[in-house]
Amino acid sequence: MTDYTSGEMMTVTAARALENGMTCFVGIGLPSEAANLARLTHAPDVVLIYESGTLQTKPEVLPLSIGDGELCESALTTVAVPEMFRYWLQGGKVNVGFLGTAQIDRFANLNTTLIGDYHDPKVRLPGGGGAPEIATNAGEVFITLKHSKRAFVKDVDFVTTLGFGRDGKGRDGVPNIGKGPTRVITDLCVMKPDPETKELTVVSLHPGVSRDDVIEATGWDIRFAKQLESTAMPEAHELDILRELKARTDRKHAGA
Amino acid sequence: MAEFLSLHDAVARYVDDGATVAMEGFTHLIPFAAGHEVVRQKKRDLTLIRMTPDLIYDQLIGAGCAKKVIFSWGGNPGVGSLHRLRDAVEKGWPHKIEILEHSHAAMACAFEAGAAGLPLAVLRGYVGSELPNVNDQIKFIECPFTGERLAAVPSVRPDVSIVHAQKADRKGNVLVEGIVGVQKEAVLAARHSIVTVEEIVDDLTTQPDYHPNTCIIPGWAISAVVVAVKGAYPSYTHGYYDRDNRFYKEWDVIARDRDTFTAWLDANVYNASSSAEGDA
Repeated sequence: MTDYTSGEMMTVTAARALENGMTCFVGIGLPSEAANLARLTHAPDVVLIYESGTLQTKPEVLPLSIGDGELCESALTTVAVPEMFRYWLQGGKVNVGFLGTAQIDRFANLNTTLIGDYHDPKVRLPGGGGAPEIATNAGEVFITLKHSKRAFVKDVDFVTTLGFGRDGKGRDGVPNIGKGPTRVITDLCVMKPDPETKELTVVSLHPGVSRDDVIEATGWDIRFAKQLESTAMPEAHELDILRELKARTDRKHAGA
Repeated sequence: MAEFLSLHDAVARYVDDGATVAMEGFTHLIPFAAGHEVVRQKKRDLTLIRMTPDLIYDQLIGAGCAKKVIFSWGGNPGVGSLHRLRDAVEKGWPHKIEILEHSHAAMACAFEAGAAGLPLAVLRGYVGSELPNVNDQIKFIECPFTGERLAAVPSVRPDVSIVHAQKADRKGNVLVEGIVGVQKEAVLAARHSIVTVEEIVDDLTTQPDYHPNTCIIPGWAISAVVVAVKGAYPSYTHGYYDRDNRFYKEWDVIARDRDTFTAWLDANVYNASSSAEGDA
């Protein structure tokens, strides 16, 4: 029995979602941590792309910002930002967009714009960045964030980025659009959209997590799949590599 | 043809009160020295365009230079919020500002369309997003060939664009490398442009690292070239110095409080001369 944190469980599970050979457009933060863990473990040939224009990058440490020099120095090539969004993303070369978010709702719509009313915000968040087009132009979307009632709300305050729309039908009949969110990985569980209604449904609970834990941390009446699975525990080598990566990252950023 | 000017003179000549200004650089090569000079010269009512406002626009907003900010991601990269931007939007300090927000894809396309001399950019964007509900500069058009519904945004055509780059030569040709962002597009889209550089070399084409595809902006496409050593600090210049990630974290504390921010601005911008900012 290996000791690990719920955060490590989340990162390892998110990393396992990426397959070798996939091309992944990576968001900063948790998605970047998971994508690089995948590259350093089971998916050495996963292609990581960041919106700063760094194509097929293999950072030695995790970047603090989306435009760290490390991403450029370890990339196969670096292109201008318009080229990144137009040719590589909109042009259909990206299999998976890997995103984080501040708020997510039952139809996997993402809000990174604000809490409250747009013209009188309670909390102003950074905004859309690359996410609105990553979520619609990538083949599919993985989302990872910590589970809490503040983050998992019935309806987001603002749809910055489309999941399946406020009625679950936001992608129906839209040409040239990706599949959208296919899984949401948290520190408690894995969710997938219901094939019919597109409402997020728990398909797998992490070891030691109960249904009540998930219900408590979710802002709507969360459903569970009939055949609820138990997420596989992290392997010792995954934890070793993740911890080494984070230690390297901390040393680098502390010295910067 | 690019003129070699001091930082003071370039800003005085090309940045007018009420102007539309784009200071670009995607995390890399952010023209901080020039931004500080705009603060020192107390320019007012500016429409500030940047994909990522970053600390540079947080400082300009807090200093009272901005009337309107057009952006696509307004955070402190890797750290959190831009507190001066938030204070202006949420509480109207030092005065209310107007914001117009886009996605990165739309702004990148809008810079490119500006460089191409077009009135608008077209993209497969904003599908299902509520940003078009709050930004009247996002419209949808029908493709005349396929009937597909596509997003359209006006191109970016600033009065002046300001960017930082590695080096210029004696003819004012500018080399920019690393994460190139929308630097070239910003310069070509603008009526006037100021490029600050780390150093001047004799001739870029005889430099040892020169190759046929080197990203060079010709001097005849630039209004003014200014030497500003460490002019992108605390962001970075690839090949010269690293991003000061520690300062980005410290900024979270400095900018959170109005008085701390004002004291920082006094000590580090108002009471610093443009030559202390590397202006040669």
